[in-house]
Formats: sequence, C-alpha cells, structure tokens
Amino acid sequence: MMGRPEGLKLIDENGRRIDGRKKYELRPISMEVNVLKNADGSAYVEWGKNKILAAVYGPREIHPKHLQRPDRGILRVRYNMAPFSVEDRKKPGPDRRSVEISKVIRGALEPALILEMFPRTAVDIFIEVLQADAGTRVAGIAAASLALADAGIPMRDIVSACAAGKIDGEIVLDLNKDEDNYGEADVPLAIMPMKNDITLLQMDGYLTREEFMEAVRLAIKGAKAVYQKQREALKRKYLAVAEEVAGNE
Amino acid sequence: MSDQEVMASIMRDHIMNLLREGKRIDGRGFEDYREIEIKTNVIEKAEGSAWVKLGDTQVLVGIKVDVGEPFPDLPESGVMTTNVELVPLASPTFEPGPPDENAIELARVVDRGIRESHAIDLEKLVISPGKLVRVVFIDVHVLDHGGNLLDASGIAAMAALMTTKVPRVEYNEETGELTKLDEYDPLPINHIPVPVTFAKIGTAMLVDPSLDEEMVMDGRLTITTDETGHVSAAQKGESGSFKLEEVMYALDTAVEKGNYVREIIKRSL
Repeated sequence: MMGRPEGLKLIDENGRRIDGRKKYELRPISMEVNVLKNADGSAYVEWGKNKILAAVYGPREIHPKHLQRPDRGILRVRYNMAPFSVEDRKKPGPDRRSVEISKVIRGALEPALILEMFPRTAVDIFIEVLQADAGTRVAGIAAASLALADAGIPMRDIVSACAAGKIDGEIVLDLNKDEDNYGEADVPLAIMPMKNDITLLQMDGYLTREEFMEAVRLAIKGAKAVYQKQREALKRKYLAVAEEVAGNE
Repeated sequence: MSDQEVMASIMRDHIMNLLREGKRIDGRGFEDYREIEIKTNVIEKAEGSAWVKLGDTQVLVGIKVDVGEPFPDLPESGVMTTNVELVPLASPTFEPGPPDENAIELARVVDRGIRESHAIDLEKLVISPGKLVRVVFIDVHVLDHGGNLLDASGIAAMAALMTTKVPRVEYNEETGELTKLDEYDPLPINHIPVPVTFAKIGTAMLVDPSLDEEMVMDGRLTITTDETGHVSAAQKGESGSFKLEEVMYALDTAVEKGNYVREIIKRSL
C-alpha cells in the first residue's frame, strides 16, 4: 500500500468510482482465442487497461526428464510481466512476486485439468502481461483457461477469476490500479463455476470477518460474469470455423 | 518419484480411512494444534529472535534492525522485509541455492499477515523523514520440516518481533552522522497476527497439518487474523479447491485458533 495523495477520493458523492464505475461493476473486458500460430492454444484478454496474452504448449515431452511423473502429467505456469507493462520499467525476469503468482495460478488451474490422462508429459502455460493495471493474476487465469480450452486439453470446467476489494470503506468489485494502490484490501479469487469450487483465494489488506466474506461472495459473482465472457469467446471461435466450413461447401 | 512421494500414495489411503472414522493419524482432533514450544532471545547477536517447535517442525527466526532509506512513496515509514530459507538440513527435499517458489510463497504470506495488520508500528521507526528509517529484517530459518511451516514461521516471527530491542541512535541532520547508543527500546508492536493453516483431505478440513498430512492433502488454506478479529492475509495454496462454506468455516476457526495460539505466544515472552 502506498502513500495516498492528499484529498484523493476513490468513491465520489454519487457513489461513482474514479473511472466512473459503480461499486459492483466490472471494467470492460474483451477476449479472443487462437491468436498465436505456434502455440497449441492461446488467448488474448483486455480487461480494463490490462493487456494479457496466454499460450499453452503440450502435453509435451518434459525436459529435464527427472520431472516426469509416471502416473500423471505435470502443469507448469510462468507468469511474466513485460518491462514496459508498468509505470516504472520492471527489470526483466522473475521477481519474488512473479514467482508467487506463477505458483498460485498453477494451483488455481490444476484442479480443472485431468493430468492423469497424460503421464510423463508436461502442459506449459505462459502468461505474458503486456500492460498491467491491477488484477493481472485474475485476468491471467481467465486468459490461461481460454488458452487451455483452445489447445483442446480436457478440462473439468473453465476456470474463471475476478477480484473484489475494499476502497474508502466499501467492498467493491474488480479494483483498478489506483484503487489497488490506495485502497484497503484486495481479494483475488478463481473458481470452477459449474460446482462452485474455489481454486484461488488470496487476501492482501485488512478486513473484518464480515467484509472478508462479502468480498469473497462478490468476487465469485464477478468471476461468474467473466465465465460468460469466456464462453462467448470460445463459441465465437467455433462459429468462425463453422462458417468457414459452410462457405467451402 | 521420490521416496516421500511413494510413501504418500500408500499413506493417503491410510489417512483417508482414519479420517472417515473422524480420526487423524497422530490422534489429534481436526481442530487441534500440535504442541507448541517457544523460546525467545536465543540468538544474542540478533536484535530479536525466537525458536519455535510445532510438533516435529522447528523454525528459528532472527530479527536484525538496521538503518536505511525509506521507500520514496512512503517517506514517513520504516521498512520491513521477510525472507525464508528452507535450508537443506531441514528436509531431504530441500536443496541449497536461492529461495525456490515454496520459500518465496511462505515468506510473502508471513510478510502480508504482519504488514497488513500493521503489527509493527513502522511510523515510529523514522529517524529522519524521507532520509533515514529503521529497516526490520525478519529472517526465517527452517530447521526441521515436520509440516505446517507457515504457522510455525508466523508464530516465531511474532514472538521474535515482540522481543526485539532497537538500539537508540543519534542523527545529526547537518553532517548526516549516525551514532548508535548503548540504550535500547522495544520494537513498537500494535497487533499480534497469527496465521492458521488448514489442509483439506477429501472433505476433511484439518488445522495444523503434519508432514504426513501435507504429503497427501488436496489443498491448503491459510488465514491470518489478529487479536481484533480482523483478517490480514489469506492464501489458498497448492492444488485442490474449497467450497464457500469451507472458507467460512476456516475463517471462524482461524479466529478461534488464532486466539489460542496468541495466548501461547504471549506466555512465552
């Protein structure tokens, strides 16, 4: 949390946030799958000012070989921020934050995958944050699950994600950068919506028990809205394929 | 597969069978901590220290207090950092080298629990605003990995911080000269956050998982609360998933067990 500029109000007298949103409103989100040629699956997500690309390679042979598991495949996740993605240039390569985020994203996606189907192999997910404006891990999870689906990897459900938080004493949905910097708490969450299984839950901030549960419930609602957008993005891909096939006949 | 992983596949059936009868492998109730032993001031060269034994887990936390520059956006606040070393003497699975993802996650969750509750009164650690502040280093040294390193580290960190003595300094604004005095003040502490970790195995939620339980768990959930009942950190770890009801249960139980552990910390000082 940073030193807050004098007089900055995150919610105005009309209940509007600094970017004009209402308390429970998501930022504009657009999603597209199959955006890269080399990857087995890929997706591009714009979520507010976040611009995130995800690619999936695999199931494929593992190097180094000692990581192989005879009974199942393994999942590897690399979350990486481009040096130009933030206000002050970020030193290239993994920092402690990226290492932690890569780990929790792996934990968020793994429950959805049926890795027992691919012994001795690895599924690699690469998440590149091209521009960051808070909520990159949840946007990254949304992009990564689309890329997994695009790669045709069998999944129990699409993993969806969203954050809720507390700003100026109120629980709100989907914090932007200023709200994250100057707010009181951030609660990122991921869910497999079909069975309401929470696969990522973190909290950074200071909340009462009631506020914490309110934020969790709100983030679940947000993630379910994101889920609809993910489904639409996937449908668009197959509609485009169907039209192409119909056109050729 | 490592030896431990082979054991885990056999162990999982055994643990699951016991859980179905409402029993844990070491005879504890689902909400019971293992025995907690705390010794403070164990390292004389550190400004604060604590050794914690939680069942078979042993961790040592040393606090070093230095002076340095504040962050540019927080000129009137001291600085704290948390680091965890999973040293190879603590487990056959730990390897020498820079901190891996497990050490980093552990350190960051312990750090958030302390930082976000403002457990350390960092505003009182300013020597010269914008120029010179105290830097509090929380270094967690894991000595024996018997499961639930997170709670052991969080407990040891708070016990160490609460016994930390900060040397008084004299700072000359004009010459920039800093003199350490031979007088000490206790580190200003506002709150006592305590992390409480749950392992989910099947549908059972177990407080303070042992290593055997961690080897077979589906998921992990840590919730850090302080004496006011506020939550200052939460982290779902590893694979697996949790239902909303399980999160609610964990939250209530974390407050209750946090109070229990906090009393043990206080008694140790």
